[in-house]
Amino acid sequence: MMSKAHDVPVPSAAYDAASAAVEAALAAGARYADARLVDRRTESMTARDGDVRTLDQSTTAGLGVRALVGSSWGFAALGDPDGDAACRATGARATAIAQASAAVAGPDVDLLPAQAHVDTWASGCTEDPFAVSLAEKGDLLTGVTATMRAAGVAVAEALYQAWDTRTAFVSSEGARIGQHVRECGAGMHCLTVGEDETQRRSYPAFRGQYGTRGFELVRELDLPAHAERIAAEATALLTAPPCPSGRTTLVLGGEQLSLQIHESVGHAVELDRILGWEAAYAGTSWLDLDRLGSLRYGSELMTITIDPTIPGALGSFGYDDEGTPAQRRYAVRDGVWVGVLGGRDSAAVAGLTDTGSVRADGYARMPMVRMTNVGFEPGPHSLEEIVAATDDGVLMEHNRSWSIDDRRLNFQFGCEIGYEIKDGRRGRMLRNPTYTGIGPQFWASLDMLAGGDEWRAWGTPNCGKGQPGQVGHTGHGAAPARFTDVRVGVRG
Amino acid sequence: MTADDVVAELLEQVRRQAGPGAEAVIRVEDADLALTRFAGSAIHQNTAESRRTLHLQLGVDGGRTAAASTTRARDVAGLVEATLAAARLRPRDPAWPGPAGPAPLVLPDVADRATADADPALRARLVGEFVAAAEGLETAGYVQTSVVHAVLATTAGQHVAGSSTAAACDGVARLPGADGTARQVAAAVGELDCAALGARAAAKARAGTDPSPVDPGRWPVVLEPTAVADVVAGLLTGQFQARAVLDGTGGLRTGEQQFDPAVSLTDPAGLGLPFDTEGTPKRSVELVRDGVPVGVTSDRRTAAATGGASTGHGGPASATWGPVATDAALAPGTGGGVEDLVAGLDRGLLVTDVWYTRVLDQKRSVWTGLTRNGVWLVEGGRVVRPVSTLRFTQSYLEALAPGAVTVGSQVQAVPRTLTSTAWGTHRVAVPALALASWNITGNATG
Repeated sequence: MMSKAHDVPVPSAAYDAASAAVEAALAAGARYADARLVDRRTESMTARDGDVRTLDQSTTAGLGVRALVGSSWGFAALGDPDGDAACRATGARATAIAQASAAVAGPDVDLLPAQAHVDTWASGCTEDPFAVSLAEKGDLLTGVTATMRAAGVAVAEALYQAWDTRTAFVSSEGARIGQHVRECGAGMHCLTVGEDETQRRSYPAFRGQYGTRGFELVRELDLPAHAERIAAEATALLTAPPCPSGRTTLVLGGEQLSLQIHESVGHAVELDRILGWEAAYAGTSWLDLDRLGSLRYGSELMTITIDPTIPGALGSFGYDDEGTPAQRRYAVRDGVWVGVLGGRDSAAVAGLTDTGSVRADGYARMPMVRMTNVGFEPGPHSLEEIVAATDDGVLMEHNRSWSIDDRRLNFQFGCEIGYEIKDGRRGRMLRNPTYTGIGPQFWASLDMLAGGDEWRAWGTPNCGKGQPGQVGHTGHGAAPARFTDVRVGVRG
Repeated sequence: MTADDVVAELLEQVRRQAGPGAEAVIRVEDADLALTRFAGSAIHQNTAESRRTLHLQLGVDGGRTAAASTTRARDVAGLVEATLAAARLRPRDPAWPGPAGPAPLVLPDVADRATADADPALRARLVGEFVAAAEGLETAGYVQTSVVHAVLATTAGQHVAGSSTAAACDGVARLPGADGTARQVAAAVGELDCAALGARAAAKARAGTDPSPVDPGRWPVVLEPTAVADVVAGLLTGQFQARAVLDGTGGLRTGEQQFDPAVSLTDPAGLGLPFDTEGTPKRSVELVRDGVPVGVTSDRRTAAATGGASTGHGGPASATWGPVATDAALAPGTGGGVEDLVAGLDRGLLVTDVWYTRVLDQKRSVWTGLTRNGVWLVEGGRVVRPVSTLRFTQSYLEALAPGAVTVGSQVQAVPRTLTSTAWGTHRVAVPALALASWNITGNATG
């Protein structure tokens, strides 16, 4: 049992509702059940070409119950349950669904034993984003889009988003956990249109930067300071020479490296994919559990952690959605694959102890294996040092497109902007930079990694997985890095 | 309370709190989504969700607007209060088109009682049929049923109601190194033939074992309907919608012979609710006639900007991403079945499915992605061996150029998205296509 000196994040009635659902699920025949009463408030504002385009506020409140009968799961969700009877009915419905699952049952499923925690946890937040006036947010977004538009771009857009989520979690094993997570972020981009193509520049990342923080994150981004610059770059890209095709040394900016990690490491180490549970949709993984602890994933410079304890990172929490406390572990250490993202059932099936990565998108979705914060820790170099140490190569920054196969091996990324590197100096701007490769070969070529204040926990607010679809919020520590002998300049 | 009752109360609250001059679009949606998911030939995730959602878009003071939604269905007054407060704080939106006026529905409900009543036992039985038909191969996939009922009213006098059901089965059968897939979507669960889908997926897997690579380059291809669906969906998203035209980011040449004369594309709006989120009645929209682009989809905002009328494609994301077709149909041609199209290939590739496609350049509609669930080498009009996963980087617009396309005769309805609501692209009904050139840019080795 743990206790922390945070505010009480959820009202006691929420625990009562979740407890009623769990009791009903057990009474109906479940051997294990847990329930989450979730109250999530969201706010988003977009601006386009100097005007606020959309302002959306939503509240999604409801109950989600997971029941285990024999080796089969059932999950039922109800929006805004009206009283004890509705909660109990939802619990009983989850059990009935699990009983139906038994018609096409699989091997025995058990849950890795876990301590039942009674605790509360809240993310850090200096300035509540919902307390900042809409007028101030609107002025910020309309101002930067007007600036970009005035600079001659065809389309200028900016976005702000915030989430405030309170969750009461109760399990049949005695867990009782309240969490209050506040998330926030913003970004902007612009498009220029040429004769035969479009160009795009964004700041600070192609879909913005996000974290489990308050509005202070948005202020620190200082969008106005970068609006004119990205507009000028988007215009210049239209007449820049194309990225050459061939094999060369590739230097990636930190934001692009964060997506590279997300796609070719984070998803690959998801235990449900490795076990084939996502085979029909998200896909599987090239990783084989028999080689956990010995497989060389990349160069010795490659150390990737799974760490939901990073303060302010988007994938941070106190407990995952089956009550396991956040803990830091290694996924790849000194280039060797050593850990997975897992949950109590998947870890038990695999004979591992890697739990704590089961999360759900709101009350209405069944918890499943998801990334938390998966990324590098700061390296020893700087971008300036990396460029200075490169005789011939290409620097690529800010993602424009991403694609990877269903085993997470063959990837191709497009970036917004590239720069020639010659004799240790950054040279001409290059348009339409792309690179492609095979995961372990690519990571084996990593030979320089930046750190210091160039390291950042980049937030990914739109990680899709699951059926029905779930949107996950993940974080990725990354900084500029160098890779050798990479194929660049793939064109259609 | 019924959805009608809640809509009436919301209208009353808008008048009371925001005054008679306020403009509002009110929508109350009751949705039930159930999805039974299987992997390793066993049901491993089995979910059901029921929710009522209240949606309000409010305009005051000549264009100060805000939108809000809540699943707190009993808090009608609170929803209006919060939305009004937000609207009053934001700047005027000069392009706010206002709410839709009265207009009768054009299309009927597409709602099936058996689908609305489908229970977990029925879905488990359908999963069992897929699994059994694969005859021992490992299987994975889902069976989904959903029902949505919505009532929409505006302060300008529109008041419509409708219901919609959908059912889908999508799965793979697996052998080491080879997956086969089959999928189907319909308005009625009774139309699903999960046994046939399981058998088809298994046959594909058996035909795909021991694949080997081919060299990158430009290849003639036959795309099966599951792959064609992605091409069509990509074009709908980035080309055939008014936002792309207004922004100049699309590459359509309306009125010109941009595509092969065998290509004709419509949005028949045959699945989903009979009206959009703005209250505009849906109707069939012609997009390409005999290879000539003739139309795009629009919502009220983009229609106002272009001087036309909305085609009924307003949705939750249309203000940001544009009003995208919800139900696309590529007309069948005269090319016959997949086997006939393959017989016409001297040397090329047969592609079942594509995966993780992302646009590189919107203007030319250049996409990159990978093959999945089976690709085969064709020589002399016959499939000669399976091929391992390939990466392509290809302009979808240019792939359909005049003289480059043979359109198959058999249309298959493929599910596109899984949502708990009725909004979004549900179905792409397409035949197989033979294309003269497809740019393969990589294989499993790099």
